[in-house]
Amino acid sequence: MSQHRIPAWITVGVIPLANVAMAALAAALVFWYLNINPLEALQAMVYGAFGSSYGWGYTLYYMTSYIFTGLAVAVVFQAGMFNIGGEGQAYIGALGVGLVCLGLGGHVPLFVLLPISIIAAFVFGGLWALIPAWLQAKRGSHIVITTIMFNFIAASMMNYILINFLKPSGTMSVESAVFDPSSWIPKMHEALALIGISIDRSPLNLSMFWALFVAFAVWFFLWRTRWGYEVRAMGSNASGAQYGGISIPKTVIMIMIIGGGLAGFMALNVVQGEAHQIKLNLVNQMGFTGIAVALMGRNHPFGIVIASLLFGFLTQGGSELQFEYSVDARIVVVLQGLVILFSGALQNMMKHPIERLYLRLSSNRKKTSEELAAEA
Amino acid sequence: MTAQTQSAAEYALELRGIDKHFGAVHANKNIDLKVEKGTIHGIVGENGAGKSTLMSIIYGFYEADQGDIAIDGRVLKIKDSKTAIASGIGMVHQHFMLIQNFTALENVVLGAESGELIDESLDKARAELNRLSEEFGLSVPLDQPVEELSVGFQQRIEILKALYRGARILILDEPTGVLTPQETEHLFKVLDSLKAQGTTVILITHKLREILAATDNVSVMRRGEMVAHVKTAETNQEDLAELMVGRKVLLQVDKGDSAPGDVKLSVHNLSMTDSAGVKRLDNVSLNVRAGEIVGIAGVSGNGQSELLETLAGITPVDSGSIDLNGHTLDARHPMNPSQVRKAGIGHIPEDRHRMGLINTFSAYEAFVLGYHRNHEYNGALTMKQAAIIADCKEKMERWDVRPQDPYLKTANFSGGNQQKLVIAREIEQNPDVLLIGQPTRGVDIGAIESIHKRILEMRDAGKAILLVSVELDEIRSLSDRILVMFDGTIVGEVPADKADERTLGLMMANIVPDEIKALQAEEPA
Repeated sequence: MSQHRIPAWITVGVIPLANVAMAALAAALVFWYLNINPLEALQAMVYGAFGSSYGWGYTLYYMTSYIFTGLAVAVVFQAGMFNIGGEGQAYIGALGVGLVCLGLGGHVPLFVLLPISIIAAFVFGGLWALIPAWLQAKRGSHIVITTIMFNFIAASMMNYILINFLKPSGTMSVESAVFDPSSWIPKMHEALALIGISIDRSPLNLSMFWALFVAFAVWFFLWRTRWGYEVRAMGSNASGAQYGGISIPKTVIMIMIIGGGLAGFMALNVVQGEAHQIKLNLVNQMGFTGIAVALMGRNHPFGIVIASLLFGFLTQGGSELQFEYSVDARIVVVLQGLVILFSGALQNMMKHPIERLYLRLSSNRKKTSEELAAEA
Repeated sequence: MTAQTQSAAEYALELRGIDKHFGAVHANKNIDLKVEKGTIHGIVGENGAGKSTLMSIIYGFYEADQGDIAIDGRVLKIKDSKTAIASGIGMVHQHFMLIQNFTALENVVLGAESGELIDESLDKARAELNRLSEEFGLSVPLDQPVEELSVGFQQRIEILKALYRGARILILDEPTGVLTPQETEHLFKVLDSLKAQGTTVILITHKLREILAATDNVSVMRRGEMVAHVKTAETNQEDLAELMVGRKVLLQVDKGDSAPGDVKLSVHNLSMTDSAGVKRLDNVSLNVRAGEIVGIAGVSGNGQSELLETLAGITPVDSGSIDLNGHTLDARHPMNPSQVRKAGIGHIPEDRHRMGLINTFSAYEAFVLGYHRNHEYNGALTMKQAAIIADCKEKMERWDVRPQDPYLKTANFSGGNQQKLVIAREIEQNPDVLLIGQPTRGVDIGAIESIHKRILEMRDAGKAILLVSVELDEIRSLSDRILVMFDGTIVGEVPADKADERTLGLMMANIVPDEIKALQAEEPA
């Protein structure tokens, strides 16, 4: 009966790689059109992203942000919903982190402040997702629409708060005061220097470890706890879940708070780890890129870590291209767009031929072994 | 063989060596089939035997890997359904393919329009349809939107659609699943008059009784192969069942007398209106005692689903009250499905795909659905995966679920084994009351036998069982008392020994025969 005889290494390994390869081919055409040798461009990107500890630092810094925003989409997707509000949830999470650092920075040591700012990032991001969640659960307003709207509301609200409350008087730019240095999350190069390893300065900070831990925790939550069981049941068959005594409204609200909280964690990396102040537009589309990351990573935490690394590479390698060949900065967006196009919108283009090829090869192999058995 | 001496054109349809693979699945193996012109030819087989694949090949949905199809003696390549229709093949699908807000007339014309303006087509079609309706007893209100028509009428529209397109070979896929016995009888009359006019009919069904009642010849499929072609007059239900399953099957379950005890489930004046404002349940009252099976008969869609879902706590109660094993459930005391389970109620839902299982889950995960919060399955933080798997494995063995692989995705089990998973899950929790909906829908004959036996064992173990089914045979062979539902109300109650098909059929159409009225007057509920 089973028609699903495709092994996992094909689904999660070969097919995504083939999709990325298609995207790379399409990108090569773009470079060719721009009169840039595609191979040299690739070389420049790889060197820019992985060629030095400086490049690595940036790539992993971006990866950290993408892990958080990617998980924010994926965990909600496991419940069968589409959280497009990562942008706003991360922004509001930054407000939480910023308030903790501004208020407590210099008064308490980092090991006391950090847990509080982690909680604040989660709570602020989560509460921002709670309103659309509540509207969906109790009033049936579609979460795609409401979370998009809440991105705009978050942006306007942060404008207002920054200008009226957080901007130190007498400054021109719309940003908060710089946090007390004691509240900063240590940079990777500083931490490694303590144990005698020297790497270049980069924005990469210790929140990367938190991102990796959170990815693991999300996997554990989804596949090892009964709450995760309920989330996955609802995501795959809502009426089945209801039959099983799972409350749909409660699960919607719980998973959206978690999703928003995960998006909020991005602020640990960007605000507490790097900028050290709340700036206008600090999320800078990373919330939206999280959607692509989740798509690419098949909504699985481990896939998201890998997809985040890829998008980190694209972001960092793409900005190197911009220096090297003085192409428009938006080349990064073009590259990301191609990856999304081929691994998201066109994912079945490669899937069916590869699966068919595999089935043909494997049935041939089986036949020959049967023939051998017959001969023997 | 006389077949060789007959000229090929005596066969309306001939298949030679049809072979079809889907990936590793060999759905049709070297199928030969000859359908004589102007006959009704039945094709029987269990789910997954390859009937639907074969019909889809004939109708051009799939292309066969090998083999020929000959229509009226001429070999044809049927690449798509357009070619099939042009060669005179018409198909009535199990799930109707009608546009709900179009009228019957518009549905018939859809895709067969002639000329630039729709009016010309409609006028032409109206004349033709009137002729067809008259000739074959297929009258249908032509100008009413399809959504306002009964299923019986909708099916007639599907048949008219095929005839209007000039079908000389009409394939009907499980046509009686949604009909009352009287509607079924009428359908068979229509098929007979089609036959009399020279149309060839292929009837696909899993109901052996109907095959015997309606067809001239029968072909039996098993596991992708044609295992037998027989003349209907020379066979019987037992033989056909044996051919389908490959072993002897008990069609009738042995049922001892029931020993009813205390009332475990009682429903008082239950009413329910859905979100569209339609009254789905209207003043329903009933009792189920320990140790008896109460069957609910009725054409699907007359409130049975709503009744089960309300009893299971899935749909809230509007008015009236329910006494569930000593717990009150009404508008002021709502219970959710897990509270209902805790009260000792097991629920085997009507539709295992929509409700009973989570298709993307492994068997062991689906096996705790509804009980996933139980202590034995949970640690402080994590679910006890090892314990769940061990438990699932043990119960799979006891219930003979095949393959015995707790890690296999539920979607990859056959229908019968999926149903066994659901039934095992609910029964193994040892509830006092069992709500059972369509326990054998889409289940192989072999599995039906064992499921029926288990249900009777539960009754004899003193459980109170409410059974909803649209299969009259199932209701009649399992129930101790039968209630008939029509349009959200209970039309009446029939003791199992008085429940012949005619009586139940009339009651399913809301007509209570006098002898049943007299019975009910004697002993008021």
